[in-house]
Amino acid sequence: MSDSTATWVIKGARPLGGEPADILVRGGMIEEIGPGLGDPAARVLEAGGLVALPGLVDLHTHLREPGREDAETVETGTRAAALGGFTAVHAMANTDPVADTAGVVEQIWRLGRHAGHCDVQPVGAVTAGLGGTRLAELGAMADSAARVRVFSDDGRCVSDAVLMRRALEYVKAFDGVIAQHAQEPRLTEGAQMNEGEASGRLGLTGWPAVAEEAVIARDCLLAAHVGSSLHVCHVSTAGSVEIIRWAKAKGWQVTAEVTPHHLLLTDELAASYDPVYKVNPPLRTGADVAALREGLADGTIDCVATDHAPHPLEDKETEWSTAAFGMTGLETALRVVQEAMIETGLLDWAGVADRMSVRPAAIGRLSGHGNPLLAGSPANLTLYDPAPRAAVDQRAHASMSRNTPFAGMLLPGLVVATFLRGAPTVLDGKLA
Amino acid sequence: MNRHLISAADLTRDDALLILDTADELARMADRPIKKLPTLRGRTVVNLFYEDSTRTRISFEAAAKRLSADVINFSAKGSSVGKGESLKDTAQTLEAMGADAVVIRHSASGTPHRLAGWVRGSVINAGDGAHEHPTQALLDAFTMRRRFGRGTGALDGLRVTIVGDVLHSRVARSNVLLLHTLGAEVMLVAPPTLLPIAVETWPCAVGYDLNAALPKSDVVMMLRVQQERMNAAYFPSVREYSRRYGLDAARMAQLPEHAIVMHPGPMNRGVEIAAEVADSTRSTIVEQVTNGVSVRMAVLYLLLGGAGAEQ
Repeated sequence: MSDSTATWVIKGARPLGGEPADILVRGGMIEEIGPGLGDPAARVLEAGGLVALPGLVDLHTHLREPGREDAETVETGTRAAALGGFTAVHAMANTDPVADTAGVVEQIWRLGRHAGHCDVQPVGAVTAGLGGTRLAELGAMADSAARVRVFSDDGRCVSDAVLMRRALEYVKAFDGVIAQHAQEPRLTEGAQMNEGEASGRLGLTGWPAVAEEAVIARDCLLAAHVGSSLHVCHVSTAGSVEIIRWAKAKGWQVTAEVTPHHLLLTDELAASYDPVYKVNPPLRTGADVAALREGLADGTIDCVATDHAPHPLEDKETEWSTAAFGMTGLETALRVVQEAMIETGLLDWAGVADRMSVRPAAIGRLSGHGNPLLAGSPANLTLYDPAPRAAVDQRAHASMSRNTPFAGMLLPGLVVATFLRGAPTVLDGKLA
Repeated sequence: MNRHLISAADLTRDDALLILDTADELARMADRPIKKLPTLRGRTVVNLFYEDSTRTRISFEAAAKRLSADVINFSAKGSSVGKGESLKDTAQTLEAMGADAVVIRHSASGTPHRLAGWVRGSVINAGDGAHEHPTQALLDAFTMRRRFGRGTGALDGLRVTIVGDVLHSRVARSNVLLLHTLGAEVMLVAPPTLLPIAVETWPCAVGYDLNAALPKSDVVMMLRVQQERMNAAYFPSVREYSRRYGLDAARMAQLPEHAIVMHPGPMNRGVEIAAEVADSTRSTIVEQVTNGVSVRMAVLYLLLGGAGAEQ
């Protein structure tokens, strides 16, 4: 780990893809941005051609620790995050034990501080043990050293309407937000993949779009009724985008995220029966992908979140129906977003900075992240070379797990450097 | 022809006709006092059955033995995860034993596809979840071809109505694909709850009314309906299902004179098919079992080198 008190001059980077400028970083802050900056004591990073972005923020990361250290740890997961250009990740609560008490969220928070590769902001469970029957001690988690503001039973849906209402109401006292995994459980019993033409042909039990959309619609109405904040995790269908667009038009406090994989991949991949393509919510159709990209471009969907879900090989090298759901995503997220959103002209780099840093930081209530690239902001920076195009090599990933659906796929871009409060966590594409 | 037989969609029209013609030749052998050919002597066929299916396993076993192959029956009930070794480990074991063909039955769709990635031998799908059962479709086509005197031809214009739980049926999926390849006109008839979403994209017609379909059918194929579907609210009661979608004597009378009644077995007499229909002269149910052996012999013969082995 480098010295956070060092001074850096980042030469010739393009802030948000704009005109080249030098960035002077001192004392963990951006001191100045402009042409011809220098400091005899500073270390110099030649960044000609690189895009400078505010450090990326992930609202949805499964770090698996405590409980599944065979899949990922806070140490390995945050290394993967830094290499992917992230300076902060939200650690989901479905660990073992579940992050449903102040003790567990503080443990995860401390593990993140110790690892130091990026900030780890724990997400608290909504219900005790993710059981879906009674509220976890949301206030205790909010008041803990971890200062939890995002609560989620992710992996499971808070399907009980009364419980969801109470959770939304309760977190108003400390400016919290409920991040819902929208999945109507009865409509998705035994579900294996998107319900549509492909599931019928492949003989796999369908996960219908309506099971997501019905819960989102209900939750938007509940959030409006009690005047609270709802965040919708991993939106995957065209219908969900429409419902969220409608809720936002009403002025309700609803935000949403989309994963990189839902922006690029479709359910046809299940025809291989390779469970590396098995994920929850499932990959959908090309029409859904198009609607998600459009929703992200027009701001209906606020942000990209990885839903990084590492699994050991033996949980994926099986029959489709017994395999675990989930894909890794931290180390490929920005590259996939470039492919899906920049190369298609749907977003510019300022837009990517907004959707991958500014807005997720705002939703997560992280004041130290997602700040504008201006003098006086904390020096959380991602320096990205959009020019190279190379096959994804999952063997080189820092994550302990290899379950990326992008393995071997030609994708653009390379994260060259990541700075966390003025200290490089990644330099030359490698951990600093 | 592909090295594996996993889906009926793997078969071209020529492939399918070659299998049926080969089965015809092999069937003639069944009438001889000595029913055995030396063709696959020294080759090993493994029957890997993760689901109980005595009739299919015995059929494949008889087929392999009549071709003089060594047969290993490997019954591995239950899910592979958490209860013993993984599918991949089993695949590597079979590989180490030198299996030339693996006949696999599994409750999970796509398992033969996965297995084919892990073994060098041929993989033959003997039924995977709700996906496919291609040798059942082949034996059904073989039975139709014989009953309708098509000789070595295909099934062009033959009107086949498949009735029942299409949603969960691997037999229906394979039959729709193969019968379409062979030129038949397929219609699916079922309560809407037992048809998959997007079934309209399949190469067949779809209807809800059995009475309307029967007079226009040369073949009626009744699918097994399982009682547990009632508990999952696919239909209100077995009696109601039987009244609307069961084939009884009165309904059978609406069929054209020449029409036949098929069932892949095992039957639920009194549910999807009445006893007097199952035992009538229109019924091909016993023939289907006999033909199953010939067709599976043909598949093993052609996949394991038949012609190649003679060179």
